[in-house]
Amino acid sequence: MHATDALAEADRQITICNACRYCEGLCAVFPALEMQRSFTDGDLNYLANLCHNCGACYHDCQFAPPHEFAVNIPKILAEVRNDSYARYAWPRALAPAFARNGLFTAVLVALCVSVFLIGVIAVNAPGALFSAHTSPEGFYALMPHNMMVWLFGPAFVFALAALAMGMRNFWRDANAANAVNADSPSLRQAMRDAGSLRYLDGGGVGCFNDDDKPTDNRRLWHHLTFYGFLLCLAATSTGTVYHYAFGWEAPYDWWNLPQLLGTAGGIGLAIGACGLLAARRKRISALKDGRMAGMDVAFTLMLLLTAVTGLGLHILAMTPLMGPLLVVHLGVVFALFLTMPYGKFVHGLYRFMALCRYAVARRYGLRRPGSAAAPVAQSAATRG
Amino acid sequence: MADPNDPAALPIRDLDTRYDVVVVGGGNAALCAAIAATRSGASVVVIEQSDKFNRGGNTRHTRNLRCAHDEGNQILTGPYTEEEFWDDLLRVTGGRTDEELARFTIAKSKELWDWMNASGVRFQQPLGGTLGLGRTNAFFLGGGRAMLNGLYSVAEKLGVEIRYEATVVDLDIADGFFSSAVVETANDRYRVHARTLVTAAGGFESNIEWLKEYWGDRAENFLIRGTRNNRGTILRMLLDKGIEPVGDPTQCHAVAIDARSPKFDGGIVTRLDCIVFGIVLNKNCERFYDEGEDFWPKRYAIWGRLVADQPGQIAYIVFDDKSMGSFMPSVYPAIEAQTLPELATKLDLDPEAFTRTVTKFNDTVVDGTFNTDEHDDCRTEGLSPPKSHWARRIDTAPFYAYPVRPGITFTYLGTRVNKEARVMTTDGTPSANIFAAGEIMAGNVLGQGYLAGIGMTIGAVFGRVAGEEAARYARN
Repeated sequence: MHATDALAEADRQITICNACRYCEGLCAVFPALEMQRSFTDGDLNYLANLCHNCGACYHDCQFAPPHEFAVNIPKILAEVRNDSYARYAWPRALAPAFARNGLFTAVLVALCVSVFLIGVIAVNAPGALFSAHTSPEGFYALMPHNMMVWLFGPAFVFALAALAMGMRNFWRDANAANAVNADSPSLRQAMRDAGSLRYLDGGGVGCFNDDDKPTDNRRLWHHLTFYGFLLCLAATSTGTVYHYAFGWEAPYDWWNLPQLLGTAGGIGLAIGACGLLAARRKRISALKDGRMAGMDVAFTLMLLLTAVTGLGLHILAMTPLMGPLLVVHLGVVFALFLTMPYGKFVHGLYRFMALCRYAVARRYGLRRPGSAAAPVAQSAATRG
Repeated sequence: MADPNDPAALPIRDLDTRYDVVVVGGGNAALCAAIAATRSGASVVVIEQSDKFNRGGNTRHTRNLRCAHDEGNQILTGPYTEEEFWDDLLRVTGGRTDEELARFTIAKSKELWDWMNASGVRFQQPLGGTLGLGRTNAFFLGGGRAMLNGLYSVAEKLGVEIRYEATVVDLDIADGFFSSAVVETANDRYRVHARTLVTAAGGFESNIEWLKEYWGDRAENFLIRGTRNNRGTILRMLLDKGIEPVGDPTQCHAVAIDARSPKFDGGIVTRLDCIVFGIVLNKNCERFYDEGEDFWPKRYAIWGRLVADQPGQIAYIVFDDKSMGSFMPSVYPAIEAQTLPELATKLDLDPEAFTRTVTKFNDTVVDGTFNTDEHDDCRTEGLSPPKSHWARRIDTAPFYAYPVRPGITFTYLGTRVNKEARVMTTDGTPSANIFAAGEIMAGNVLGQGYLAGIGMTIGAVFGRVAGEEAARYARN
C-alpha cells in the first residue's frame, strides 16, 4: 500500500496520533493530519515536510518508546522527509544523488571547480593568481565578468529548473488524494509562518534538541542562516543591478550596498551555520534520521564555507591571497548551486509549500481532486 | 543464606536526611503537593514507583482539568460558575458526594488556572471533537505527559528531590501518626524519616486480584486504560492502619475499549465512539442493550459494565459503510468484510446466528431522518432490546466490526479526608501528619459517575492543600 517501510510506519504512527490528538496545539502537523482518515504517500510526504522537527511531541507523547505503540513522530517524519527529497527530484535519474550527497561529494565538487578555475586563469591571465590584488579591476583581472556569468549562469539556471520541477512534483503528489487551491491570503500566511519559523517553538514552550528541556536555539541559528543567506543573495543582486543598470563595476568600497549586505549576510550565515552544526551534533538520536546525516551536514557546511571564504575575500582583498581565495570561494559557491537541487536545500522549498497547503486547508478544508469545492467529510463531534 | 538479588532480603538502612514532607506517588496530585510544600519552605522528597518515562501514573493519559471561572479567557470560551459546576457534579454523582468537600474543591478550582500556569503547565484550545468542553475545561498543551514534564521541571528547579523506581513497601503509622516509610528499589532498602506524609499514589484498578474480590473471574478480562502501577498498595496500607475508607469499593469507571488494546496503558486511543452508529452483539450473537438510548457522551461510561456482564467479557460493535468516518478514529483498524457471514467468520462468531441478529435488526428499523445532533426518529419497532435513536439498516458493504472489552479508568474506593486534606481515622479524628490527594481520595467528592476533567481538579486542589498543610505542620 505504501512505497517504503518508512511510509508504512509513518501511517501507523499517524493513525495513533489521529486517535489521540493531545498534540494538536503544538504545531501544524497534528491539525493537518486530523483533516483526514487515511493517508496516501503524498499525504505523508506533505505531513513530513510540514514537520519542523522541534521535538516537542516526542517528549509529550505518552505512547513514545518504550511504550509498545512506539510513537516517535519527529524521527519517522524525518525519515519520510529525507526520502521525499529523492522521490521528487528532477531529473529522476539524479535522485540517488541525495543518498550520496555527503560532505565528501560537496567538497569534491568545490575542489574540482577550484582546480578548473585555476586552469582557466592560468590560460587566461598567466601569473595573475597571486598578483591580481594590485590590479585596478580587482578580481575581474583574474576572470572577466562575462566569463564568470557564462560559467555560473547555466549552472544557476539548471539548478532553478531542477528545483522548480521538484516543487511541481511535490505539489502534485500532495494534492493527489485531497486537493487544495492556493490563494494569496494563504500564501501570505505561509510566508509569515515560514519566515518566522512559527512551528519551531514546541507550541510556545520552546523546542528540544539535546535533552528533555525546551532550551533549544535552533530557531535563532536558522534565522541567522536563512536571513544571512538572503542578504548574500541581495548583495549579489544589487551588484548585478549596479553592473548592468548603472555600469558601476566591482570591486566596491566597503560602504557600498553590495558590500554592506554581503558582509552582514556573511556574518549571519557563518554564525548561524556554526550554531546549526553544533546543535546537530548534540541532538539526541531519538529525534534524528540516522541514515542521512551526511546530507544535512554537507549543506550547512557548504553554507558556512561560502560565508567564510566570502568574508575572507573582503578582509584579504588587498593581499596576494585574494586570488587563491577567490578561486576557492567561487568553487564553493558553484558547488553549492550545483548540489542545491539534490541536497538539504530543498527542505526549505518543500516545507514552504507544505505550509502553503496547510494554510489553504485550514481556510477552506480539503476537497476531492476534480470536484469544485465540496470539502471532504470532517470528523463528527460525537464525543462531548 | 539471603538471596542477594532479592531486595526484600536486604537490611533496611536509614536515610540520613530527615525530610519535612515525603510524597508517595508521582502524578498530578503528588507534584502539586511537592511544589506547594516546597514553596511553603518545606524540604520534600517524592517517591515515585515508576521509571522516568512512565512517571505520573494516570496523569500521563489525561488531557484537561475542569475549573470554575467567572469570566472566559484566551482559552476558556466563557464563564463557568461555581454553582453550575456544583450542579454538574450533583447530576453525575446522583448526590454521592460530600457537599462540603465538593464545594471546597470547586471554589479552590478557580485558582488553578493561575497556579498551574505558575507551575510549568501550559494550556491550549479545546481539542478537535471536544468543543463541548471548551468552556468548562482547560486542556493541557501537549496532553498529560507534557503537563507532568512542566510540573517536574518546576519541582526540580525548586529543589524537590525525586526518587524514581522506588516503591514504598511499608508505612510506620501508629494511632494515625506517621513517622517513617520503608522504600525498596532494585538493589536497596531504606527507611525515609519525615515529619509528614502525603499519599498521592492512586487507586487500585491495576490490581486484578483486588478487582476479583468484587468482580470474580470477570476481572481477568478487564483491560486497564492507565498505569500498571495503581495497585492500591498505599491505599491498602492506610486502610489496614486505621484510616477511614470512603467510596464504594465494588465500583470502578469502566468504558468499552478495543479488545485488542494492551493490558495496561492503552490510554485515550483505544476508545471507540461508534456504538450509536451500529449495534452491539455479544459472543452468542445477541444484542443486549439499547445502543441509541442517549447521546454518546451521556452513555459511554455504562458500556464497560454492560460488556463486563456478557459471556467472556467481550462484545462486537457492528456497523456498515454508511457510518465509516463519522466518529473519532481509533488506534486499531475496524475488522472489514464484504458480507455479514464473512465478517462473523473473521470475528470467530457463528455466521448464521450473526446474520440472523443483524437481519432481524434491519427488519425492525423504521425509516426516519438520521441526525446525530438530536434524538432523531430513526429507531426500531418491535425489537427487544430496542435501538431508540440513530438506527439505520446495516446493509451497505463493506461491513465493519470492532471487538470491545471493559476498560477500567479508575476506582472509587479511597481514604476519607477533611478540607485540609488530612486523612480521617476510623475513630473520626483527622490525622496530624498524614495527607491524601488525587485518586486515592477522589471518592470523597466523586462517589459515582464521572465528569470530564474532575479527577485532575481534585488532584490539583487537594495536592496543593496537602502540600501547604504538610509544610505548615512540619514547620511548627
